Amino acid sequence: MIGIEHYLVVSSILFVLGVLGIFLNRKNVIIILMAIELILLSVNLNLVAFSAFLHDLVGQVFAMFVLTVAAGEAAIGLAILVIYFRGRGTIAVDDVNRMKG
Amino acid sequence: MIQVFAFYLFATLCILSGAVTILARNPVHSVLWLILAFFNAAGLMVLVGAEFIAMLLVIVYVGAVAVLFLFVVMMLDIDFAELRAGFVKNFPLGIALAVVLFVELFVGLVVHGAGGIALGTPDGSAAPLANVSNIEAIGALLYSRYLFLFEAAGIVLLVAMIGAIVLTHRQRGGTRGQNVSKQNARRPQDATINMQPESGKGVVL
Repeated sequence: MIGIEHYLVVSSILFVLGVLGIFLNRKNVIIILMAIELILLSVNLNLVAFSAFLHDLVGQVFAMFVLTVAAGEAAIGLAILVIYFRGRGTIAVDDVNRMKG
Repeated sequence: MIQVFAFYLFATLCILSGAVTILARNPVHSVLWLILAFFNAAGLMVLVGAEFIAMLLVIVYVGAVAVLFLFVVMMLDIDFAELRAGFVKNFPLGIALAVVLFVELFVGLVVHGAGGIALGTPDGSAAPLANVSNIEAIGALLYSRYLFLFEAAGIVLLVAMIGAIVLTHRQRGGTRGQNVSKQNARRPQDATINMQPESGKGVVL
């Protein structure tokens, strides 16, 4: 039978894949943003699984708010990416340190 | 039985497409694999009876966020081969970190299997109503107990929208626009003048 543990394993694998994606593609901001989306997806899966497990709908309501924040984060992140590319002609994040100060 | 089969199908496809998302050479392929991962996660959510969140995931992520990613990937003219330069160098550290993280999470799960720590049980005030669909139960909860949180989510989206517009909007200088009132005020007798200059002399305009 499929239990809560199965869902937690899937969601933790997705989370780890997201973290791995951030580490592997350290230069490519687009892939990093996608990896963050994967992490948030695993969080949502976790919330929904526990919501079903505990017969408590608050988990699903909260998953909706996480979805809202994820959508806003993607929009702002991509907007920052576009203006960064406009100014520099590249999206390599290695040399973002020029932005300090 | 069919539930077990469906779960393993969705879970396998979800994890595989998530892995290809972070490993693909072409970011456009990455976005498409990300869409597949979201679809399969939505399938996993449907299996536990959370249809509303699942459909929201499909609509919001596949319909909006993934298309936004596709737009940006295709709009920016980027040499992606150059961006993958550190891939092999970062591989050992990344894998080591991923293994450590996964082992930690897995140990937590195994310990949970031996008997979880009781953090209390839900008081039942948010239990799904009987004989009511998932979306109706969520709506009853969302528009009563979580009304202000719901409106706060709306404000978050508004701020994100205004922020994205302000960030990417650009005023282009040096362009010449149409001056309508000046055009309308122009009369034929001002536009053409008859002159009879003496020979050898110029005309002052």
